Amino acid sequence: MSQAPLSLRLRLVLQLLGIAAVLAILLYFTVRTIAEQAAEATHDGVLGAATLAIAERLQGGDSGVGIDLPYEAFSILGSISADRVFYRIEAAGKTLTGYADLPLPPRTGASVAPVFYTAPYRDTQVRIAAVKRTVLVARVAVPVLVVVAQTQLGQDAIAQRVARRAALVGLGSFILAAVLSLLTTGSVLRPINRLAEAVGRRGPQDLRAVDHPTPAELRPLVSALNGFIARLRGALSRTETFIAEAAHHIRTPLATVRARAEIALRQAGSEDSRETLRAVIRAVEESSRSAGQLLDHATVVYRSDRLADEHVDLSALIARLVMAIEPIAELRDLTIMVAGVENKIVVRGDPPLIESAVRNLLDNAIKYSAQETQIDIGVEKKGKTARIELCDRGRGLAGQRQSRLTGRFQRGENSGDVVGSGLGLTIVEEVAAAHAGRFELTEREGGGTCARLFLPLV
Amino acid sequence: MRTIVLAIGLITCLLSPAAAFVVEEETLFPATGVETQILSVLSTTDTAILRPVILGFQARNSSVSVRYTVASSQEVYAAIHDEGIGYDLVISSAMDLQMKLANDGFAARYRSALTDSIPNWAHWQDRLFAFAQENVVLIVSRAGLNGLPVPQTRRDLIEMLRGHPEVFRGRIGTYDPKASGAGYLFATQDARQSESFWRLAEVMGGLSPRLYTSSNDMISDLKQGRLVLAYNVLGSYAGPRLADDPDAKVVELEDYTLTLLRTGLVPVNAAAPNLGGAFLDFMIGTQGRRLLRDDAGLPPTDEMALASGPYLRPMRLDPGLLVFLDRIKRKAFLDEWSSAFSQN
Ligand SMILES: Nc1ncnc2c1ncn2[C@@H]1O[C@H](COP(=O)(O)OP(=O)(O)OP(=O)(O)O)[C@@H](O)[C@H]1O
Ligand SMILES: [Mg+2]
Repeated sequence: MSQAPLSLRLRLVLQLLGIAAVLAILLYFTVRTIAEQAAEATHDGVLGAATLAIAERLQGGDSGVGIDLPYEAFSILGSISADRVFYRIEAAGKTLTGYADLPLPPRTGASVAPVFYTAPYRDTQVRIAAVKRTVLVARVAVPVLVVVAQTQLGQDAIAQRVARRAALVGLGSFILAAVLSLLTTGSVLRPINRLAEAVGRRGPQDLRAVDHPTPAELRPLVSALNGFIARLRGALSRTETFIAEAAHHIRTPLATVRARAEIALRQAGSEDSRETLRAVIRAVEESSRSAGQLLDHATVVYRSDRLADEHVDLSALIARLVMAIEPIAELRDLTIMVAGVENKIVVRGDPPLIESAVRNLLDNAIKYSAQETQIDIGVEKKGKTARIELCDRGRGLAGQRQSRLTGRFQRGENSGDVVGSGLGLTIVEEVAAAHAGRFELTEREGGGTCARLFLPLV
Repeated sequence: MRTIVLAIGLITCLLSPAAAFVVEEETLFPATGVETQILSVLSTTDTAILRPVILGFQARNSSVSVRYTVASSQEVYAAIHDEGIGYDLVISSAMDLQMKLANDGFAARYRSALTDSIPNWAHWQDRLFAFAQENVVLIVSRAGLNGLPVPQTRRDLIEMLRGHPEVFRGRIGTYDPKASGAGYLFATQDARQSESFWRLAEVMGGLSPRLYTSSNDMISDLKQGRLVLAYNVLGSYAGPRLADDPDAKVVELEDYTLTLLRTGLVPVNAAAPNLGGAFLDFMIGTQGRRLLRDDAGLPPTDEMALASGPYLRPMRLDPGLLVFLDRIKRKAFLDEWSSAFSQN
C-alpha cells in the first residue's frame, strides 16, 4: 500500500506552523524569564537600598552600637506592594534588635554591598538583603550585620501578570506566523500553479517550448519539460518529413509509370488490354493524388507547430487560385463567380497553409459540381473574422455529417468515381484550428454544397 | 447570662494559664434569637461607643451572641501576639501595633465584596482594614486664652506659648508618650511630619505641662478650667463632648492634622473567623457606617472627607509603622523627647 505523498502546501504549512509554535514557546519563556529577572532586580534594588539606608545610620560610640531605623526606608519597602517586612541587626554575633530568628546569609562573607538570598521564614518565603559594616565601640571594631527581609507578594503578582502577558504575546506571534506562513505557502506555490496552468491550457497540437517566466528553482523542471517536448516534436517532424519524402519518392516513379501506360494505351491493339491500361492509369492517378495530399497534410501538421504570423490578403489569394484553376473549370463548362474581392481583406496567419486550405475547397467545389453549373465564391468581414464562402450546385452532401467527412482518409458515399484521397477537408479543418478559426460544411439551399472558412482578421 | 460569660472567661483562663492580659471590661450581648454562634471581639474602643453598632449587627444576625472585651492597646497586642488567644476580631486604634500584628503573621486573610471596595489607603493586604478615621486635634478654652486669638498652625501656637508664658504655665496638657500607646504614636508621627514638633516640645516643656494617658481626661480638665489647651487629643472624643460647650474650641491645625485610622483584623487562630469577617463587613457597609457616624460618634472612613480637608494627613498603613516599635528606636525617641520636654 503506497500512500500518496503529502501535498507540498500541507507539508510547507505544517513545517512553518511547527517552527512558529516552537518560536512562540521560546518567546513565551524568554519574555517570562527576562521580566521575572527584571522584577526581582527591581525589588532587590529597593530592598538593598533600604538595607543600606539602615547600615549608613549605624554609629559607633562608647555605650554601644547606635541604631536609627529610617522610617522612609521601611515605608518605601511596603509601597511597591503591601509586602511584609522583617529586619535583624546583629553585632558580634548578638542580635541587637529586630527579629532574632531571621535567617542570616548562607556565607558569612556578607560584604559592604548588599548580598541577596531567598529563604523560608515563618509561614512564608522571603527575599533577604544583608549588609555588613564595621563600627567602633569603645575603640574596638565591631562587625555589624544588617539584614532586611521582604515577602515576595509583589514580585509574585508581577510574575503572574507577566506570565499572562507573555502567553498573549506568544499566542499572538503564533497566530501572526500562522497567517504569514499560509500567505507564504500560497506565494511560493503560485509559480508552480501558473506553470501547470500555462502548460495545461495548451492545445493538443501545441508543441512549442515552455518559455513561461519561472523562478530559478523551477528551471530544471521546465528545461526537462522542454527537452521532452523537443524530442517529441523531433520525432513527429521526422515522421512528417518521412511522409513528405515518401510521397515525393512515390510520385516521381508514378509519373513515369503513367507516361508509359498512356503510350502503351495509344499503341494497344485489343480492347481488353486497353481496358486494363485505363484502370492502371486511374490507379496511378489516385496514388499520385494521395501522395500529393499526404505531402500537403504533412506540411500542415509540420508548420502548425511554428506557425508564421504574417498578413495574408484573402482577395489576392482567391483571385490567384481561381485564375490557376480556370482551365480545369473550363474543361467542364463551369462558371466561377467571385464576389467581395474588390477590397483588401487581410487576415493574420501562415500563407502556405491558408492557400492550401482554400485550394482544397476550390478543388472540391469543381470536382463535385455537375457540368455547366456555377460556383459562387465570396469573401467578407464578419465582426472580428473574415469569412470565405464557396457554394456549388453539385451533388450535395447526401446527409453526411461534417465531422465524418473531415476525418482522415474519409471519403463520402457520394464521391462516386471522383478521384480523391479523403485528406482535403482534414487539411482545411486543421488549418482552421491552427489559426484559431472555424470551418463549416453545409447543404446549399436549392441543391449543392456550401463550404465556409472563418479566419481571424488582423 | 453574666454567669455564662464568667464561666467562659474561667475556661479560657484554665485552658491558657499564661493568659494574663488585663481586661478593662467584658460584656456579653446575648443573641436576640436562638443562639447558635458566639462572636468574641477584643477591642480598645469603649463598649458604650460601639454598643449601637453591635446591636445593629445582632439585629441582622439574630443567632449571634457577641462577647465584647475592652483592653488597652498594649494589652490587646499582648493578648494576640504573646498569648495567642483566639478572638474572632481585634479592633484597635493603635495602628502601629495592629500593623505589627499583621506584618508578623497574626492576621488572617479576609476578602469579601465589601473589603474589595475599600480604598487602598484604608487597608493593608487582605489582613488589616480601617473602618473609622479620627483627626488628632488641639482643644482650647476661649476663656482661658484671655483674649488671645485661637492658633491655627503650630507656628502660631509656638509663638503664642513663647509670647505669653504666664497664661499657659501649668495649664497645657498633652499625652505622655512613655505611658500611652496613642500618645507615643501621635508624637512619633508628629516628629516624622515636621521639625516644628521638636520646637513645640521644647516650648511646652518650659511651661510645666501636665501629661495624660487618655484624651477623655484632657477633655474633662479643659472643661473644668484646669487646662487652657490640650495638644493631640482624639477629635472623635473631643467633638461630641465639647459640642455644647460654648467656651471650648476644637482646632484642626492647618499646617497639618494627623488622621488616625481605627482598624480591625481577624486573627489567624480565630475560632469563628467568618463571624469576625462578617462584623468587619457590617462596619464597612452602609448601615454600619451610618451607625458609626450617627450613634457611635466615630467618623467612618471617607475619602471625600479627606479630600475636602487638604491639611489632613492620614497615617499610612505600611511597614513604616514598625520602625518606632523597634526597641532601640523607641528608647532613642523617648530619650530625645524627654530631653526636649523636661528642660529647665
Ligand atoms: N463540394 C462538395 N460537394 C459534395 N461532396 C463533397 C464536397 N466536398 C467534399 N465532399 C465530400 O466529402 C468527402 C471528403 O472530401 P475530401 O476533400 O476530404 O476528400 P476527397 O475530395 O474525396 O479527396 P482529396 O483528398 O483528393 O480532396 C468527399 O469524398 C466528398 O464525398
Ligand atoms: Mg477534396
